Amino acid sequence: MSKRDFALPRLSLRFFPIWRRHWLVWKKIAAPSILGHLADPVIYMLGLGYGLGSLLPTMGGMSYMAFLAAGTVCYSTMNSASFEALYSGFARMHEQRTWEAILNTPVALDDVVLSEILWAATKSLMSGAAVLAVIWILGLSHALMSLWMIPLALLIGLTFAAIGLIMTALAPAYDFFMYYFTLVITPMMLLCGVFFPVTQLPPSMQAIASVLPLTHAIDLARPLMSGNLPPQALLHIAVLLAYALCGFYISLVLFRRRLSR
Amino acid sequence: MNAVIKAIGLQKSYGGQRVVDGLDLSIRKGECFGLLGPNGAGKTTTLRMLLGLIEPDAGTALLLDLPVPQAAREARIRVGVVPQMDNLDPDFTVAENLLVYGRYFGLHDREIEARIPSLLEFASLTSKRDAKVPTLSGGMKRRLTLARALVNDPDVIFLDEPTTGLDPQARHLIWQRLRELTQQGKTLLLTTHFMDEAERLCHRLAVMDNGRLISEGSPRQLIDSNIEPQVVEVFGETSAQWAGEHAANYAQRFEVSGESVFCYVRDAQPLVEHLQAQSALRYLHRPANLEDVFLKLTGREMRE
Repeated sequence: MSKRDFALPRLSLRFFPIWRRHWLVWKKIAAPSILGHLADPVIYMLGLGYGLGSLLPTMGGMSYMAFLAAGTVCYSTMNSASFEALYSGFARMHEQRTWEAILNTPVALDDVVLSEILWAATKSLMSGAAVLAVIWILGLSHALMSLWMIPLALLIGLTFAAIGLIMTALAPAYDFFMYYFTLVITPMMLLCGVFFPVTQLPPSMQAIASVLPLTHAIDLARPLMSGNLPPQALLHIAVLLAYALCGFYISLVLFRRRLSR
Repeated sequence: MNAVIKAIGLQKSYGGQRVVDGLDLSIRKGECFGLLGPNGAGKTTTLRMLLGLIEPDAGTALLLDLPVPQAAREARIRVGVVPQMDNLDPDFTVAENLLVYGRYFGLHDREIEARIPSLLEFASLTSKRDAKVPTLSGGMKRRLTLARALVNDPDVIFLDEPTTGLDPQARHLIWQRLRELTQQGKTLLLTTHFMDEAERLCHRLAVMDNGRLISEGSPRQLIDSNIEPQVVEVFGETSAQWAGEHAANYAQRFEVSGESVFCYVRDAQPLVEHLQAQSALRYLHRPANLEDVFLKLTGREMRE
């Protein structure tokens, strides 16, 4: 392992042509992709919202459906960034050798990894915006403040893309990603306040939830959706950014090692 | 003087094993230089170091007078690469592959689009402009990869086994195109397993084995300096027995490989006359070629 592997990222605007490449690929499959972004989260939200919501009193001072709406935007955003960074990223790095082709040009690995993160965050943004549109149409949120969900979706996307790329850098094959989804993503979906407030959990589990990035995303999202300024907003933003930056650096170091053969 | 690619004492180890071991190389402007060697000889690692994709453990690499990997970005603006395995974008059409790749060099869409027709013509793919990559044949994909490597009008082109896996027609078309590129004054560095390819295309060659250069020169020089000028191959069930009894009397050097005996001779006349009298044996008399040199230098046993 050489010292160069640990160098800080050298960023340049050369990531942009790579981002455009991903965009051009996506445009060709836009319709099924948008459907994919929408179907799963909206069905969860409506099924649980109507099904459980009718049995529950208000939750956190709002209808269960409205409670669920904020969580749904966050977890669908997390999911789309994770899938993009893991499965599609791995395909581009390993199977299609797209990275190899790009790295033969005056583009550096740092640019390639940055473009992966920004692209996965772009998909998160699209997925978050699509779910948000359904929420607005259904009248589950009228707050002007909920427009802030759009930049938040981008931030959540950056965070989970950067963390996810660590797994991509380590993965020998696609099967490897099952560990991440089973041991990281699914527990976050269940522990971080998507379906019920974190305060319902025993203190030890609350402590775990409090360091997980999705908790901080939801702590920002839920007040915004109901038109309030989130308490401790800067702290939550800082945690998400810290995860994003650490994920970017760690994954970059691992990619440098992996691809230096 | 005038070296476009230069390596001085390049070294690279992986997991304690020396893959490239003190390599010196100097490739002049406008020449087609071939790097030969069995699998695992260190050819691809050498190319990757010269492109600045990996860092050597020791030694210096200069690409277009720029030190790599330190100035690899600047150097690669004027370099094209045809990789060993196809890595075209399967989601794109032929023309889109060229457009998207050109952008990585910082070219504007207008410039790239102006170049696409001539690139397609060069690759004989004009009619396939809007075809998707998965519908192309192996030869077409290779030609598109070559066209893609030319999208930035490079001065130097790296080709890692450019014709591996192609049928003879497709190979001949690639060879013709590579000759055109040398005629245009471009510098080519290629690796290959095919000795006929190296002999036809390359002005100069280097044979690599175990990470070192073991011989270097023009194809003619390599043959003249390493091996007897004539080869007589002797075949037949009794050829090995024949070799034990007679080969040394007629050949300066001979090798038995299964049911074939390769006799290396300066004057083939006496041997051929002797063989004409042996009804159980068949033979082939031919001038020595690069493959003979290659096998002599790197041995006949299997690698990997």
